[in-house]
Amino acid sequence: MSSGIVSAAYIGAAVLFILSLGGLSNQESAKRAVWYGILGMAIAVFVTIFGPGVYNIFLILTAILVGSYAGYFISGKVQMTEMPQLVAALHSFVGLAAVFIGLNAEMMLNSIITLRDSGLQMSSSELTGFGEKLWQKDSIEIGILKAEVFLGIFIGAITFTGSIVAFGKLAGKLDGTPKKLKGGHYLNAMSLFACLILGWMYLDGAGIWSMIIVTIISGFIGWHLIMGIGGADMPVVVSMLNSYSGWAAAAIGFTLGNDLLIVTGALVGSSGAILSYIMCKAMNRSFISVILGGFGGKTGPQMVVDGEQISIDVDGVASALNDANSVVIIPGYGMAVAQAQQSVSALVSKLRGKNIKVRFAIHPVAGRLPGHMNVLLAEAKVPYDIVLEMDEINEDFPNTDVVIVIGSNDIVNPAAQDDPNSPIAGMPVLECWKARQVFVSKRGQGTGYSGIENPLFYKENTRMLYGDAKVSIDALLPKID
Amino acid sequence: MKVGAPKEVCLGELRVAMTPSSAVQIQKLGHECIIETGAGLSAGFDDEAYKEAGVKVLKSATALWKASDIVIKVRDPIKAEQKFFRDSQTLISFFNPGGNEELLKLAAKKGINVIAMEMVPRISRAQKMDALSSMANIAGYRAVIEAGNNFGRFFTGQITAAGKIPPAKVLVVGAGVAGLAAIGTATSLGAIVRAFDVRPEVAEQIESLGAEFLFLDFDNNQGGVATGGYASPSSPEFREKQLNLFLKQAPDIDIVITTALIPNHEAPELWTREMVERMKPGSVIIDLAAEKGGNCKLTVVDERIVTENGVIIVGYTDFPSRMANQASTLYSTNIRHMISDLTPNKDGIIVHDMEDDVLRGATVTYNKKITYPPPPPKLAAIAAPKINKSTKPLSRAEEKTLSDKAFKTATKLQIGLLCVGGLLMLGVGAVAPESFMQHFIVFVLACFIGFQVIWKVSHALHTPLMAVTNAISGIVILGALLQVGSSNFLVLFLSTISILIASINIVGGFLVTRRMLAMFQKS
Repeated sequence: MSSGIVSAAYIGAAVLFILSLGGLSNQESAKRAVWYGILGMAIAVFVTIFGPGVYNIFLILTAILVGSYAGYFISGKVQMTEMPQLVAALHSFVGLAAVFIGLNAEMMLNSIITLRDSGLQMSSSELTGFGEKLWQKDSIEIGILKAEVFLGIFIGAITFTGSIVAFGKLAGKLDGTPKKLKGGHYLNAMSLFACLILGWMYLDGAGIWSMIIVTIISGFIGWHLIMGIGGADMPVVVSMLNSYSGWAAAAIGFTLGNDLLIVTGALVGSSGAILSYIMCKAMNRSFISVILGGFGGKTGPQMVVDGEQISIDVDGVASALNDANSVVIIPGYGMAVAQAQQSVSALVSKLRGKNIKVRFAIHPVAGRLPGHMNVLLAEAKVPYDIVLEMDEINEDFPNTDVVIVIGSNDIVNPAAQDDPNSPIAGMPVLECWKARQVFVSKRGQGTGYSGIENPLFYKENTRMLYGDAKVSIDALLPKID
Repeated sequence: MKVGAPKEVCLGELRVAMTPSSAVQIQKLGHECIIETGAGLSAGFDDEAYKEAGVKVLKSATALWKASDIVIKVRDPIKAEQKFFRDSQTLISFFNPGGNEELLKLAAKKGINVIAMEMVPRISRAQKMDALSSMANIAGYRAVIEAGNNFGRFFTGQITAAGKIPPAKVLVVGAGVAGLAAIGTATSLGAIVRAFDVRPEVAEQIESLGAEFLFLDFDNNQGGVATGGYASPSSPEFREKQLNLFLKQAPDIDIVITTALIPNHEAPELWTREMVERMKPGSVIIDLAAEKGGNCKLTVVDERIVTENGVIIVGYTDFPSRMANQASTLYSTNIRHMISDLTPNKDGIIVHDMEDDVLRGATVTYNKKITYPPPPPKLAAIAAPKINKSTKPLSRAEEKTLSDKAFKTATKLQIGLLCVGGLLMLGVGAVAPESFMQHFIVFVLACFIGFQVIWKVSHALHTPLMAVTNAISGIVILGALLQVGSSNFLVLFLSTISILIASINIVGGFLVTRRMLAMFQKS
């Protein structure tokens, strides 16, 4: 295959990728869009393998087959509640691959420059596709190449360790609370500075050792940065890592002079950046404050919550539901933890069978991944047209008879609107307390992730249904007639 | 301890302080329950029902008062009952401590600890035992029903083959618990409801029930609220404006329900003789304040009268008792919550904690001392009203200037960003070689397309978006593919691993996306 055909195929692949992302604008076109992506990827990989300058095809095919089987196995086995972990784990692979490819580029650069300086002809030295490109570079271009290698390795290593920590936290293998080493962000800043100095030395001619140290130090930054961020900020973290993995791919694309890599990396990078922005906005926090970890400084004493949490049993909830005309369910991370989505779905179909209007209200940061709740509800066969966003449903709460809050806390906290001193003041929240009756299914009396008292639980139209969400909902089911 | 409910002896009182279901709950707290025979009969609970709930039925009031450690009642005890009082007994009942000094003294002398249900402070924690509110709720509902009974027309307007029926116009004065209940009932019957209250912050509650709030434009409008969520007396100027407002309404209104009460005051006169005279014949006035002298001075307590111009004025004071079953159920629940607060350990032992805001407030005699009136509660009932700055809707012109402004700032921002971006590009272009710039153009355009495309992705599909971008970022496999032919063993090794993990990414990412998307179903 000539390089012209390869380029043409790359253009096709890039267009297919763009279509694949654009198709996600609604549920129906999305089903088609994923095939565009698969097709684009297949074209890109196929023409590259059988294009010029690629050798060791047997090895390549073996690696692809083994990798594909692993991917197939994982994707078939993963539970929908484990989606955040899976996404984080996949990000780490991209980061690691970027680091390896960057290091490879440096090693190949060295050997090819030695070859070239020994006076050999290019055609006689059996180079790889990338090797040929390296051969033709002049000194300025080599300088730029080195800068790109540095960027690729730096971002790749942060993505790799950061994603592993995020995976650990999401999978519950690491403690979800923010932790920092002594020195906190100064340590990060110093590490960054050290990386920059090493990068400069590398450009100045220092050997591959400098890049290996950069790998280690930036790996540390990734680890330390994500360790310092708590569980509920994970939607931002995961989308941020998504973005990084894209930028790492783009940097590698520059290194290799491969436009398809650049385009794809840029697409993924900007997608992650936008997702992070949307998530931050949904929490009314700046990106910086999320990265710096913990909640921002408090400006004064918080409002004292007066009253008590009144509990209710399943019978009480059932009778209210039987009498209701409209019901809104607000799921949160607690529903995912309790694996209650199937029970919730059964409840919904039962209520809908009684001609009760049931809808779901999804806050943008509900769960641990952007759109996490939507996927869980879809898995449980809840039709997506009754699953609404915050902005679509917030006005309807005053006309709602019953709201059921399942395992969410901060996203339904009225203090965000009422108490200017609350750490979450100004964060857009679901105004469920305006409904006639609110039931909160919750494991115990504790506060949510942020440690903020939730005045909703003390409101006079709120009743607490303590216990595991799945057990509670299952107990509720036979009582709906 | 033994909790006993005697039969109410006050004439016309049909309620009872204990129902079979409240008895079950009280027994769960470790208490024993007893009841005088026939006590619940008029409220629809016979002795059998009580026996089934595990309640012991005693033959006489004497036996009951003797056996009970805690006596629960509805009305304040009459002379005959007062002689049963004994030392360290507890009485939970309406008691009217403000207007019954002698009884208070007697109770203190006899050593009975009295918890007066009307004294439960109005704080959110105590709402579950706020019997005044639960009774007022019934009174408000019943007031509308009673009005309907006396009113010769439909509430809702209809156009029928036999002619047009205008809807009834109802005015509710005082939007406390009773007023709000009346508003809710009247609107759901289809009447046109207007409501008035001196406290402007209840406007929202009135409107939420579908009634129109009669707004009184008065500068010093904040004066109507005292502590505890009750209204306080208003100034003469305010009163005059208010009466003018009512005078204008009177000819138009078919049904007036007045609920205005001020704690420890005679009920204010709000519906004057003049207003009654202006009303149409057949109109109805329900005066829920009749017991305290009435909001209308023509009201006769406990009677229904018809004025010369044919206006019916109802002055009943026993609305809750007229719905004895419902009222008993609610009241007994209030009592049950009170007992539950008195028994914090659920072991049947009473802990009368005088430090507790609610218990302290409701207790009027304790340990042979009169503890009435209580110190003021520590917490206000209703949060201070928020000052709403931008209630006035924007005019067309203002809206236009605002949108123009927004447009201008957006334009400025965009031009600024373009300039900064352009300068950055120039800077890069000045130093970087041609080969780099070619890729850079691709990069910038791809970022741009990415931003345009991703904004359109629906919120619900963010997780599939992440999974698919994950799969796509497996494109780094191309880098490894281009390197794997190297003769350097280490390069070969690293790139093979890269190919392997990138394949996991590609296949895993796409398959899991497909799995997710297949799940999204339309109903």
